[in-house]
Amino acid sequence: MKRDNRIAWINRLLLPLLNILTAFAVTAVLFWLIDVNPMEAAEVLLYGAFGYEEGIGYTIYYATNFIFTGLAVAVAFHAGLFNIGGEGQAYVGGLGAGLAILMLDPTLGAWVFIPASIIGALIFGGLWALIPAYLQAYRGSHIVITTIMFNFLAASFMVYLMVHVLRDTGQMTPQSELFPTNSWMPFVHDVAAGLGYSIEASPLNLSILLALVCAVLVWFFLWQTRWGFAIRATGKNGSAALYAGINPKHIIIVVMCLSGALAGLVSINELVGYQHRLIMDFHLGYGFGGIAVALMGRNHPLGIILAALLFGTLYQGGAELAFEMSNISRDIVVVMQGLVILFCGALDYMYRPWLIRYLAPVPKQEELSGVAV
Amino acid sequence: MTDTLAIELKDIDKRFGAVHANNKVCLQVKQGNIHGIVGENGAGKSTLMSILYGFYQADAGQIDVLEKTYTFTDSHQAIAAGIGMVHQHFMLVENFTVLENVILGSEGGALLADGLEAARKELTRLGDEYGLKVKLDATIDTLSVGLQQRVEILKALYKGAKILILDEPTGVLTPQETEELFRIFGALKKQGVTIVLITHKLREIMAITDQVSVMRAGKMVAHRDTKETSREELAELMVGRKVLLQVHKNPANVRAPLMKVKHLTIADKQGVERLKDVSFELRAGEVLGVAGVSGNGQTELLEALSGILPMTSGTIEVLGCEMDAKHPLAPDRLRQLGLAHVPEDRQRMGLISDFSASESALLGYHTDPKINSGIWLSDRKVEANCQDLMQAFDVRPADPQLKSANFSGGNQQKLILAREMERNPDVLLIGQPTRGVDIGAIEFIHQRIIDMRDAGKAVLLVSVELDEIMSVSDRIIVLCDGEISGRLDACDADERTLGMMMANALDPLDPLKTMDDLQASVKQNAHQETQV
Repeated sequence: MKRDNRIAWINRLLLPLLNILTAFAVTAVLFWLIDVNPMEAAEVLLYGAFGYEEGIGYTIYYATNFIFTGLAVAVAFHAGLFNIGGEGQAYVGGLGAGLAILMLDPTLGAWVFIPASIIGALIFGGLWALIPAYLQAYRGSHIVITTIMFNFLAASFMVYLMVHVLRDTGQMTPQSELFPTNSWMPFVHDVAAGLGYSIEASPLNLSILLALVCAVLVWFFLWQTRWGFAIRATGKNGSAALYAGINPKHIIIVVMCLSGALAGLVSINELVGYQHRLIMDFHLGYGFGGIAVALMGRNHPLGIILAALLFGTLYQGGAELAFEMSNISRDIVVVMQGLVILFCGALDYMYRPWLIRYLAPVPKQEELSGVAV
Repeated sequence: MTDTLAIELKDIDKRFGAVHANNKVCLQVKQGNIHGIVGENGAGKSTLMSILYGFYQADAGQIDVLEKTYTFTDSHQAIAAGIGMVHQHFMLVENFTVLENVILGSEGGALLADGLEAARKELTRLGDEYGLKVKLDATIDTLSVGLQQRVEILKALYKGAKILILDEPTGVLTPQETEELFRIFGALKKQGVTIVLITHKLREIMAITDQVSVMRAGKMVAHRDTKETSREELAELMVGRKVLLQVHKNPANVRAPLMKVKHLTIADKQGVERLKDVSFELRAGEVLGVAGVSGNGQTELLEALSGILPMTSGTIEVLGCEMDAKHPLAPDRLRQLGLAHVPEDRQRMGLISDFSASESALLGYHTDPKINSGIWLSDRKVEANCQDLMQAFDVRPADPQLKSANFSGGNQQKLILAREMERNPDVLLIGQPTRGVDIGAIEFIHQRIIDMRDAGKAVLLVSVELDEIMSVSDRIIVLCDGEISGRLDACDADERTLGMMMANALDPLDPLKTMDDLQASVKQNAHQETQV
């Protein structure tokens, strides 16, 4: 194998694996310190995530959210933009999906409701990202600052709407009325039942297919079209893109809208697929988790799917762990996720020099002698 | 002159990954001599000097300075041993005074005042001794490039340097400033300072050095006494084969103008005019050279003509279209009209280091319907396109998948030239076509530019290399401080005249008549300056 290839494989596969193992090793030490047997904990976690059908359903259901937000971060990242507003975009995307469903005639069929809710989520998520994009492109406000502030704006805005405008009549919980059954994204267990298979019920719904389609589309768009070329050129070298006649302002606008739209799709999985009503804080954690997923997945759709699966596992298995073991609280599970983000994100390249030295050493060249003096 | 060795390097070996940058390099520099080191880019000159200065550590080998053996692990130790280095890019704090810059890093105590006073005395003494005159209280940004370089030299001497290493010192200087620098070298030499001069300009080597060493592909291939060698021999040693230093071309067959620039003015964000009221015509079948010291508006000119930089005022007529400040044409639109642009800085603008060669070869042409089918950008066609370009310009290695950064400078440049020239544009803008390119490739690139001209295309050539401007162009305009300070035919041009124009020391309306007078007055000025 050529040395370049070997280095590429170290970067893509070996490094993430080693980083995860390190995170788990540190977690094990932590567990040991609070008198939890790490092996036992691992067993509970894995069983919770993969041991039975409902658990698997939950794992993939969580992973679906991370695929959407991971893709959102990655698309922006390829244009050199750091979109950390996934939280807000997902939240406002939910508003779009919810409004689309609540405003339509409840007797319509699923073939109207589902596309409408998807389009609503895409448009609202995209528009929420458009404002910071415009400010970055034409006013020079840094996208990191504006997107993170827009998360707070989205949260306050949604609280207002949920409490004063969209709250279902006759009760005090800030949530909307139930969506009509026609508008629900079908559960996988229902679809399977229709096909004659019996699966335990879980929140897993067909949004996972939407997520996978998005992953393929993102790959195609970024690597197989001229627009993707323009985006990647801008991200890698802004001056060269300018030289090539690519307008960086347009790129910022287009990319951020796409990114926000992808983040908005979280609501399809959460609201249209599972909660079946507009609720508060359904998005919490997924927007920021998406950053870690994109980082770990090397901003490539395939990597993002794998990383999202890992985070889905941690979510589901972690919840199981907190439930099963008395010494482990919900917070310890968050610490565990934090360690994965620490080692896979912040300390990403920690092992790289050693790996390269031992697995892809510099080839020894023939000593060329005979210096003319 | 003694026979003491100021520097002796024995079997220095250094690898960077797969690159063998220095392969058992030996070098002896006699005390009080001016020693030149020449070699193509990537021959290992800078690596060798960085090892000597303690930036890098050699994998093997021995360093003797003034007949004592050292192992340098950082540059402080090299400075303590008496070595001073003047980098190609100055390491000065722009809004500090000369004095403050010189004592930076050796302030001597908590209070500045004492150190400054001591330094002032010492610098005055050094200035007298070596004829290095600079106003100590001037801030750096008010000084010309030549004077800034002088500050760098003073800084090294102040830190006790007995051996001065200069990396491409004349790259940013006008010919007159270069002469002044060489005069300083003479004074330093008289005081027993040893000078190591790294350059690729053979003329300077011949003019100033006592000995010269030639490096090629990481190895020291020859040592010569300058008196006993010639430019031709050195060029041959550098490349490893015979090289044509002159470009052969037929008389130009000039036709209608393809580009008319009228009163072009460009102001930057601070409102400073980088280009002032520039007007010229570029005609089919000619190469128009733009000479000037780098940073005098050439970059702005190229970027404005290619639509990258917005114009402040003036008009540009190009290939039947007109643009001005209110109606700009975007770079992609100009490209469709038949204007190609080889940017000055290939790393910053010409290609994308992280992209594969095939992707870099697409830059600017990614919307071409030949490569796109509907929405699909065909990988196969992108690669075929790159393959063709690589073949036409002999880019090595001819591997479209290889990352752009992994090609040598010359091959990167050839890939960019191929991309811009193979589409057969009518107007070609070229910036610094041979910067950092090996001598062998220079020959090839010049020939392709001449071929374009002979095919009836209009070529605008911006270069800081006067040799290149004079040998390739048919007409020359000179930019100084954003204005055209001279226009002449290439056959009337010589280094002296161009140099004066570059420094704006000539009356552009009547250059030939007043030349001798001005030359005399410039000499006198230079003389006066040394007396101050």
